[in-house]
Amino acid sequence: MSETFQLDGAPVPFEPGQTVMQAALAAGHYIPHLCYHPEFKPHGSCKLCTVKVNGRTVASCTMPAEAGLTVESEIEELNALRRTLVQMLFAEGNHFCPSCEKSGNCVLQALGYDLEVHTAGFRHLYPDRPLDASHPDILLDFNRCILCELCVRASGEVDGKNVFALSGRGIAKHLIVNSESGLLSDTNIALTDKAMQVCPVGVILKKRVGFNMPIGERRYDERPISAQALDDAPRQTDASGNCEACEGTP
Amino acid sequence: MLPDNELRFDASRQIWLDQLVARHQTDASRLLQILREVQEYFGHIPQPAISRLAEKLSIPRVRIESVGSFYSFLHLKPHGEYRVLFSDNITDRMLGSEALMQQMCQQLWLQPGKVSEDGLVSISPTSCTGMCDQGPALLVNGRAITRLTHQRVQEIAQLIRNRTPLNNWPSDFFHVDDNIRRSGLLLDNTLAPGDVLRKALSLGGQKIVEAVKTSALRGRGGAGFPTGLKWEACRNAQGSEHYVVCNADEGEPGTFKDRVLLTRQADLVFEGMTLCALAVGSKKGFLYLRGEYRYMLEPLQAVLQRRRDNNLLGAKILGQSGFDFDIDIHLGAGAYICGEESALIESLEGKRGVPRSRPPFPVTHGYMQQPTAVDNVETFCQAALALHMGAEKYRAIGTEKSTGSKLISVSGDCAYPGIYEYPFGVSVREILQECGAVNTRAVQVSGPSGVCVGESEFGRKLGFEDIPTAGAFMVFDDSRDMFEVARNYVHFFAHESCGFCTPCRVGTSMLKQTMDKIAAGHGTKYDLNEIENLDSVLQNTSHCGLGRTACNPVLHTLKHFRPAYENKLKSLMFSPAFDLDGSLARARQMTGRDDAGAHLKEEI
Amino acid sequence: MSKKLRVATTSLAGCFGCHMSLLDIDERLFTLLELVEFDRSPITDIKHCGPCDIGIIEGGVCNAENVHVLREFRRSCKILIAIGACAINGGLPAQRNHLDLGSCLTEVYLTEPGLSHGHIPNDPELPLPLDKVHPLHEVVKIDYFIPGCPPSADAIWKFLTDLIAGNTPELGHGLIKYD
Repeated sequence: MSETFQLDGAPVPFEPGQTVMQAALAAGHYIPHLCYHPEFKPHGSCKLCTVKVNGRTVASCTMPAEAGLTVESEIEELNALRRTLVQMLFAEGNHFCPSCEKSGNCVLQALGYDLEVHTAGFRHLYPDRPLDASHPDILLDFNRCILCELCVRASGEVDGKNVFALSGRGIAKHLIVNSESGLLSDTNIALTDKAMQVCPVGVILKKRVGFNMPIGERRYDERPISAQALDDAPRQTDASGNCEACEGTP
Repeated sequence: MLPDNELRFDASRQIWLDQLVARHQTDASRLLQILREVQEYFGHIPQPAISRLAEKLSIPRVRIESVGSFYSFLHLKPHGEYRVLFSDNITDRMLGSEALMQQMCQQLWLQPGKVSEDGLVSISPTSCTGMCDQGPALLVNGRAITRLTHQRVQEIAQLIRNRTPLNNWPSDFFHVDDNIRRSGLLLDNTLAPGDVLRKALSLGGQKIVEAVKTSALRGRGGAGFPTGLKWEACRNAQGSEHYVVCNADEGEPGTFKDRVLLTRQADLVFEGMTLCALAVGSKKGFLYLRGEYRYMLEPLQAVLQRRRDNNLLGAKILGQSGFDFDIDIHLGAGAYICGEESALIESLEGKRGVPRSRPPFPVTHGYMQQPTAVDNVETFCQAALALHMGAEKYRAIGTEKSTGSKLISVSGDCAYPGIYEYPFGVSVREILQECGAVNTRAVQVSGPSGVCVGESEFGRKLGFEDIPTAGAFMVFDDSRDMFEVARNYVHFFAHESCGFCTPCRVGTSMLKQTMDKIAAGHGTKYDLNEIENLDSVLQNTSHCGLGRTACNPVLHTLKHFRPAYENKLKSLMFSPAFDLDGSLARARQMTGRDDAGAHLKEEI
Repeated sequence: MSKKLRVATTSLAGCFGCHMSLLDIDERLFTLLELVEFDRSPITDIKHCGPCDIGIIEGGVCNAENVHVLREFRRSCKILIAIGACAINGGLPAQRNHLDLGSCLTEVYLTEPGLSHGHIPNDPELPLPLDKVHPLHEVVKIDYFIPGCPPSADAIWKFLTDLIAGNTPELGHGLIKYD
């Protein structure tokens, strides 16, 4: 009999070493999240997964599960915070969904839908972030980057290539690639890389397939992310190395 | 300074780089130290140097760019032969730093933040350089100049224009006063190097920990964690190595006591670190010195060497076999966040200074994931004193929960700024009287992340029972606009946010925008609501203390000085954040129009 | 049945797509017209706004005239709704925001291949463009937002009927869309 903690009043069993997020998802409880991905070391930067543990707010993806914890997640106070965080991410970048080929498969967008975010509010920063279309098969549209570092982690931890990294500090932080020219075409990225599959928004795109699947029939058009995230937990990669959970395109 | 493409083919520079890497044992964890030296040598970090370093250190070049771009004092692009940084703390501003910076910019024909067209000089503001008692201050190529006046700025501009090497500048420019105004058990100590260690050796590790616990010493960096418990946890933690780290990244605006301790009491600091090493079983220690205190590097290294020569560092310290310990000095490079202990450790490992997720804590998983005791400069001094004088005797000083003495860095509107040592429990009013402050409106205790104390609270006492403090004590008299004080602090937090987590990265920028909007006369009650909303997100969801406290200056000044905000509000109606008429200026310029329709009136 | 609500609509820097989507509520327009009557709107061709209960605005703010119209709506309407991507985040017109307005005008009117004797229009009848395109909420207080490019007829219907019935509007899955 494994030990448990309480999540919104329900007992959640956990294995030693699991975080609150991991145990919750495995037990069928959804906690909103963005930079968390089951295949990588939890990161804790987006803060969407903030919960209250014994009354104190913490990121559930990095919080080690412990017996007897009282965790609150699905409460309006926390959803209000999450809503503001989603709004901040929209206001920080240039998220123009109508022209984005990731629309409908985008995790940021899906979270906005689920949390009933009607507007980004805030004063939009409209940063200048030129595209990198140098690579014959891959497009980088930095306008949509939310700095979750999933590509950084995938390229470093899984691909062993370190194609991506973050540069700068604070609000000037941005994604860069590993080449003296600063261009993706001068890196050793390949279409089969894990880093190609993990972008939750529309930054890292395979060229010429964008609209194979019509808008309106995409992943989060069907069902809200809160329902789908549970289908995927614990998320697995298939034999060919594709992670169903990460990409709309196979 | 040569263009990057010329550097590429310059064999002598490549040899210099290779020797540099060799001097750092080709150790990638020393990347920040390597980059800092590259910056000093070239004036920036040239692209070919990055490629060469990547090759020699066997790390991806993207990691070097990532680290180099994190620290304010490192530049990936040419940034001028002379890089001038004006300390931009509110105390510098109150002493006229903004006008002085403007003056220098005019004299050298450039705009703040930009490099002059001939590549000679750049002038920018920077976060507090720790010279608040003798401001306004600046850094030129990393060296501190204090007590700026119009005349001194003029002289500096002339020296730069003449390309006079820094070593030939008048030496009194670089003089830093200690300004000790009141001393106590720490600053008056008469210990000789080795006195504490000799006593400690007779006790052994376990008893040292017991003694520090008995002394009830708490960390002097601000958080006040019991030092004895920290050392005990570190001592008991399993690991292949144990480390001792001295946090001398004194970045909290308004604090400069560590500067004085490292100048006057360096031996005691190192003695305290060595004592800690004995207690936790460590062979290796680091002093993480903030980049602003670069000028102390050589003197401190000389102290370390003297201690090695006197068998107070190195192998078999004081002849005790098995007691081996040495200290390495790492320099920061302009990042306030590295004062947070886990960010400091990341920086020590040669990475971006991003705070780690905790738990695990540094006492079990610190430097290189090994047990690490990180303590403030003053804490090590106090621990050494407590052990030497006896824990019970030490405990009698100060208050029950805040034992011993505390160095207070006093600056701002007072006759005698400088360092004051008091037993804990001293009231704000006592300090104000002693430093010659009159007509005081408020005191910012413990820096921007601390508390703003209004007149009605001057009876409050410094100590963990009431107002905890790392030591900053900035005084504002009744001529000061407390809104502007808060706005300066908000800019500071936005500049220093590491950018790791969403709330702090975006929230501090939004907060800055809102304060600027109010300052520009466009503020409304909606903006005060927005501040409250941002505060809730920052406090509840930020990754570390920086974000969690970034709203404090605004909340505290709103509480005590709400009219300072309200009288700036344009109206209670909504008002845009930007100047509508101003945003037509470019179109007016392009069309040559200036008719009534080419303007937008403000709405009343 | 209480008094009908007065509704005004307009398009600023928009494409009228949101208005088309409003018309797409089809036969439900009749039900709507039992509940509301239209003041200033492309539907009525009334040129200026009288006192209204609800103002619905599509498009962002890209020029001086947009500011005047938006202010008129804010003065006249108790509730102001931003409808569609452009009104909410600047949308397509805001894609010029990272460019200098001067170079945009120069390229379009002076240096574009095929132009001869071009000049930047300076007729006082024309509204001057702002240096950046702004979402509505950056210029006046906005009370509600209906996202989408355009929002579907169903989303608009749900939102308006909620609002008219006195409920805080909620869209829910399938109706809330940003694309």
